[in-house]
Amino acid sequence: MTQELKTTAPQVPSAVEGGERTRTGPVFVPRTDICETQDNIVLLVDMPGVAPEGVDITLEKRTLAIRGLANEQRHQHYRQVYAEYESGSYERVFALSEDIDRDSIEASQKNGVLRLVLPKAAPAKARKIQLKMS
Amino acid sequence: MLLSDFGRMGFDPFQEMRRVQQEMNRRLTGLTSEAAREFPPINLWVGEDSVAVTAELPGLSPEEVDVTVQENTLTLMGERVSPPEGEKTMWHRRERAFGRFSRTVQLPFRVDPDHVQARFAHGVLEVELHRPEADRPRKIQIKG
Repeated sequence: MTQELKTTAPQVPSAVEGGERTRTGPVFVPRTDICETQDNIVLLVDMPGVAPEGVDITLEKRTLAIRGLANEQRHQHYRQVYAEYESGSYERVFALSEDIDRDSIEASQKNGVLRLVLPKAAPAKARKIQLKMS
Repeated sequence: MLLSDFGRMGFDPFQEMRRVQQEMNRRLTGLTSEAAREFPPINLWVGEDSVAVTAELPGLSPEEVDVTVQENTLTLMGERVSPPEGEKTMWHRRERAFGRFSRTVQLPFRVDPDHVQARFAHGVLEVELHRPEADRPRKIQIKG
């Protein structure tokens, strides 16, 4: 009960870089809410344990990659007796279906939830085409 | 590929199988049996005369969580509110759970309700509880 043998689970190559991670430890797929309004795409990503400094967001073309590195919880003079969750990193990649206005992306991390507002690029907004009368 | 000539043909079923396996693993990590699990997930740590409970409560502020201690039980209560919906909101994904929750954990010993520290950082709650002075095991001297 005091100490259990820990085996390192085989790591699946990271989807972001296509290679193996150098850091051991579990990588989770964070739960995400995505909603679309007229002008924005809003993402809410649950990443408990991740400080604002640990969040890394990249947008390349239409691939949005979100990574969060949780601070490892260390309890001195304590031993774990029951576990329902593990702390680890979070990683998730989305393929966006629309062009995003890169310069006005807003991101904030509060209480372990990342909120990402991606404004749609102007050409992606509905454009009405006028017919010329001949 | 030593065992197959498929690579030369431009299609390798083994590679395809590995790719599918990787894709399945990637999609299933972190999502296994989450739908049925209780909220919030809890970890329990035991020290010499104290016990620490950590819980993942993303999206909640410290004011929104009620922590109560009674004898040897700890109760966490609160509500996760759903994100506000506008008129023209279209949902692509809804994976985060919301609603009221209440969870009671039984601790391995009685705790002193006046000696409880609770910390909340980045969506992780940590409650440290101590055993009352009177309940601690005492060493008894044997007289010769």
